[in-house]
Amino acid sequence: MLTLQYVPMDEIIQLDSDRKVTKLLKIIKQDKIVMLEGRLSNKEEGMLIERTMEEIDKKFKGIEIASLEPNVRKDIGSALRDGIFKLFFGDRRGITIMGPANIIKEIKRDPNKLQLYTSNRRGRK
Amino acid sequence: MFKSLKDFLNKIFLFNIFKGRSNLKLGLYGPPNSGKTTLANRICQDWLGEEMGTTSKVPHETRNVQEKEKINVKSGRKEMTFNLVDTPGIATKIDYEDFIKAGLKKKEAQERAKEATKGIIESIKWLDSMDAVIIVLDSTIDPYSQVNITIVGNLAARDIPVLIAANKSDLKKSDLKKIEAAFPQYGVIGVSAEYGDNIEDFYDELIKLMK
Ligand SMILES: Nc1nc2c(ncn2[C@@H]2O[C@H](COP(=O)(O)OP(=O)(O)OP(=O)(O)O)[C@@H](O)[C@H]2O)c(=O)[nH]1
Ligand SMILES: [Mg+2]
Repeated sequence: MLTLQYVPMDEIIQLDSDRKVTKLLKIIKQDKIVMLEGRLSNKEEGMLIERTMEEIDKKFKGIEIASLEPNVRKDIGSALRDGIFKLFFGDRRGITIMGPANIIKEIKRDPNKLQLYTSNRRGRK
Repeated sequence: MFKSLKDFLNKIFLFNIFKGRSNLKLGLYGPPNSGKTTLANRICQDWLGEEMGTTSKVPHETRNVQEKEKINVKSGRKEMTFNLVDTPGIATKIDYEDFIKAGLKKKEAQERAKEATKGIIESIKWLDSMDAVIIVLDSTIDPYSQVNITIVGNLAARDIPVLIAANKSDLKKSDLKKIEAAFPQYGVIGVSAEYGDNIEDFYDELIKLMK
């Protein structure tokens, strides 16, 4: 069985980067796949990698992560909406999938598609 | 008026510490096994007459940041002096069992994994001190990985100039177009660090990047 846990934007938007990363890693370490509404900032992605490296041991092998951003359309309506969205969310729209490396072997991206290659050897005892 | 004067003074001040600093740092970044150290060795051999570090087909060969000082590169009439920094390849996962499959003993494999995790943290910490970066990618591999996006994004956020070296151009599966398509906002140069293909053009681009 594979568990996907949805993390909506408003559940993490008020957290600082450190707490955000802690929360996401905690879910991943429970052998769940996170479906995050939105994307992390570059700085947060860097932090996520650092924190992941600190946690790697015989059981936890790290993570796989991929995010998609919305198509950039340049009509006035969406440009306005973009402007407003950026103001509030720093343009973090999109979706991010992340999970433990022992379950997700690889994520391939096609512009609007994510393909998860899962492992049959779950590495669980 | 006051604000622009302050900006102006700030610029002069920044300009001075920039100029006054002894050496510019050029970093080699990328995922594991892309050929960073092979390229570092080529640059160091060509301009310093010595090696940077060891290379291996087993990923995470470099597990500490390495620096060679005062490398003077010339191309035509232009030249540039910098410190070259080779970094451990950045990854989101490390499995010591992969090292066992590559032929290492269990103990060595676990030790390598442990050192590799620390190396990755070191690589990320060093990003801030770079003046320019060459992202070295294996051009036979799909460039759309989150690690590549994270590295590029972090450098862009810090306004650090980037050149992408699409390495291993000697291999049949090498796909320069795909790398160019993935990073349209950056200069991409195909090279073979191993065999030296296109290395003169690479030095030319490198000097342009840092001037
Ligand atoms: N065919 C080919 N092989 C290359 C080239 N450059 C590097 N390699 C090989 O790729 C492997 C990895 O090279 P390294 O220079 O150790 O890679 P790295 O990026 O420093 O790797 P880490 O230190 O693990 O991050 C070695 O087996 C090299 O011989 C190239 O231009 N062509
Ligand atoms: Mg290396």
